[in-house]
Amino acid sequence: MAKIVKRKDLAAEVVLMELEAPEIAKKRKPGQFIILRVNEQGERIPLTIADSDPDAGTITIIFQVVGKTTMQLRDLHEGDKIADLAGPLGTATHIKNFGTAVAIGGGVGTAVIYPIAKGLKEAGNNLISIIGARTKNLLILTDEMEKISNRLIVATDDGSFGVNGFVTDVLKQIIDEGIKPDIIYAIGPLPMMKAVANATRPLGIKTIVSLNPIMIDGTGMCGGCRVTVNNQTKFACVDGPEFDAHQVDFDNLGQRLKVYNHQEKESCKIFG
Amino acid sequence: MAAEQKEHKAKKEKIARQDMPEQKPDVRKRNFDEVPFGYTPELAQKEAQRCLQCKRPSCVEGCPVNINIPAFIKLIAEGKFTEAARKIKEENALPAVCGRVCPQEAQCEGNCILGAKGKDKPVAIGNLERFAADWEREHKEVTVPQIKDATHKRVAVVGSGPAGLTVAGELRKFGHEVTVFEALHKSGGVLVYGIPEFRLPKSIVQSEVDYLSKMGIKIVNNYIVGNTRTVDELFADGYDAIFVGSGAGAPMFLNIPGENLNGVFSANEYLTRSNLMKAYKFPEYDTPIIKGKRVATIGGGNVAMDSARTALRLGADESYIVYRRSMNELPARIAEVHHAEQEGINFKILTLPTRIIGDENGFVKGIECQKMELGEPDESGRRRPVPVKGSEFILDVDTVVVAIGNTPNPLIPSTTPDIKTTKYGTIIAEEGSGLTTKSKVFAGGDVVTGAATVILAMGAGKKAAKAIDDMLKS
Repeated sequence: MAKIVKRKDLAAEVVLMELEAPEIAKKRKPGQFIILRVNEQGERIPLTIADSDPDAGTITIIFQVVGKTTMQLRDLHEGDKIADLAGPLGTATHIKNFGTAVAIGGGVGTAVIYPIAKGLKEAGNNLISIIGARTKNLLILTDEMEKISNRLIVATDDGSFGVNGFVTDVLKQIIDEGIKPDIIYAIGPLPMMKAVANATRPLGIKTIVSLNPIMIDGTGMCGGCRVTVNNQTKFACVDGPEFDAHQVDFDNLGQRLKVYNHQEKESCKIFG
Repeated sequence: MAAEQKEHKAKKEKIARQDMPEQKPDVRKRNFDEVPFGYTPELAQKEAQRCLQCKRPSCVEGCPVNINIPAFIKLIAEGKFTEAARKIKEENALPAVCGRVCPQEAQCEGNCILGAKGKDKPVAIGNLERFAADWEREHKEVTVPQIKDATHKRVAVVGSGPAGLTVAGELRKFGHEVTVFEALHKSGGVLVYGIPEFRLPKSIVQSEVDYLSKMGIKIVNNYIVGNTRTVDELFADGYDAIFVGSGAGAPMFLNIPGENLNGVFSANEYLTRSNLMKAYKFPEYDTPIIKGKRVATIGGGNVAMDSARTALRLGADESYIVYRRSMNELPARIAEVHHAEQEGINFKILTLPTRIIGDENGFVKGIECQKMELGEPDESGRRRPVPVKGSEFILDVDTVVVAIGNTPNPLIPSTTPDIKTTKYGTIIAEEGSGLTTKSKVFAGGDVVTGAATVILAMGAGKKAAKAIDDMLKS
């Protein structure tokens, strides 16, 4: 059982929670995730650890409401408990001073990029951050990202805030300005990560993405999270979740994410 | 006297081996309830009377934990069922589990003198073991064993599968403080995520776990040693010894094209969804599974049989076993193959999958296979399957389960560099004690042997417990 010590709506259907997890809080590094189960009938879902407070013994998760489990999670209150919480899982981000690092977060992916960006900044990188969302009220962690970045550029698809356009447009723009990133971390919806990969491949800029396939155990046991990277099968839970964007087969991952669409709809419908 | 004994024996041999009553194949293949109902007391006593009570019983030699088999069978014959269970428990802490899942035909029953003569069948030792254990549990006769005075030594056990549960129970009896760390939210390891309900009801595993809790063993779930805390950190926390029983949980794949299509599962994933996460009860339980209509399971072991039979219970019209050797080489327990055949599993033997074919949406629509024939024996002593040229064909299926084996999870050795492994990824441990290359760290079960049986893991656990106790006392 893990207690919810804080709950906050960050944007429409995007929720932040601080969970009591002293051991995970002590151990976790940027890029790692947890697996949780809301209740006895629940499924196991992976969520990135957005932040932690080792002194308070808490970790922060940020999730978008997309299915039954996240609906159930959304409806919980401070003081409530979730049935199971395990972690930290996955290989931590390889953080060092690369020089100039660009951190790109799209939608709720900003919650995943935030701890990595923070780590990159702490390691001494010149950190340029680009965050984007469909529209202004879906933007999250703008202040937090501002605080840790040497420069932050915000974009919205509809132009309701910041640059009117996609994060890839902003990326191209800063490269045109003459900025030469030594590394790019891009995390967000699959089409966004694929677009960034396609943009940086011809430029030969090392680009890392964090993948979010369907998982069960999160420890390398089931192989449900297998992804195709450089024509080889990798388990995102232990070999990842971060991979070289230029080697990831995004189309295969996109297909695999749709495998239970039908059942997910059924579950949501019953849940109401 | 001698003549009398001979006559007595002859009379005994007249009783035929008593089958356990079980669900009819047509009914059971559509439900997840346990297949056999178990012996009635009358059937058990009748079967027990078949035992010749050999003076030098070879069945005991065939048992990896050397249960005093004739003694417990005699107690059943006398109607002393609880006493029989306790007799088994002197050597085996999980008889209700072993009676159901041990490969008896290769162990105790394989050595039974009745079967050896060829005219008769061996005593149904496994069935009797199950009966005694069930009787004791169902009649609430299970008592917590005597626990020696507290030694104030602390032992951490990694994994709550058969090896871990055994080590924990034994060490607790010796008076040590024991904490079991389990990565999953439910305890029991392969007994809960792997072996299906219809073969091993989860309530039985739960009662074994509860029994350990009653003995004062602490079980911590959702705790991934290697991630949440490393082996070295556990020592820093004050543990005096650590036993690693983390099993063989990493699935192997065929490495053929199409393996990442939707509808291709490792047997681990397929069974974990169904057993641990109860996907067969979707949408009451949230975890989904593909309920394929035409399912092919690749492999010939117990896990393959479990997967193919699970597919039927999830509603498959056709469930195939695709195996590259012949029926004689199937590594599964005889009882499992028999049950699978009764339920109508379609055995595509001497068949090698070469490619999985997908539709335009990335879902499986077939497997390309090649027929095989048996050639010369290979290094395993089994005749090597050789492809037959021009024999390629397509098996029309919508779901594929890959059940070709598992290797140990590398998490513990990779986070504890002084625990050395073999080239197969198994932890190197001393025969007998289970001591690894790292001081005060012991290992046993599948993580040492590679995927094997419940009883071998328990045997390793028992030996390691003894070695750990010796170390802690010295």
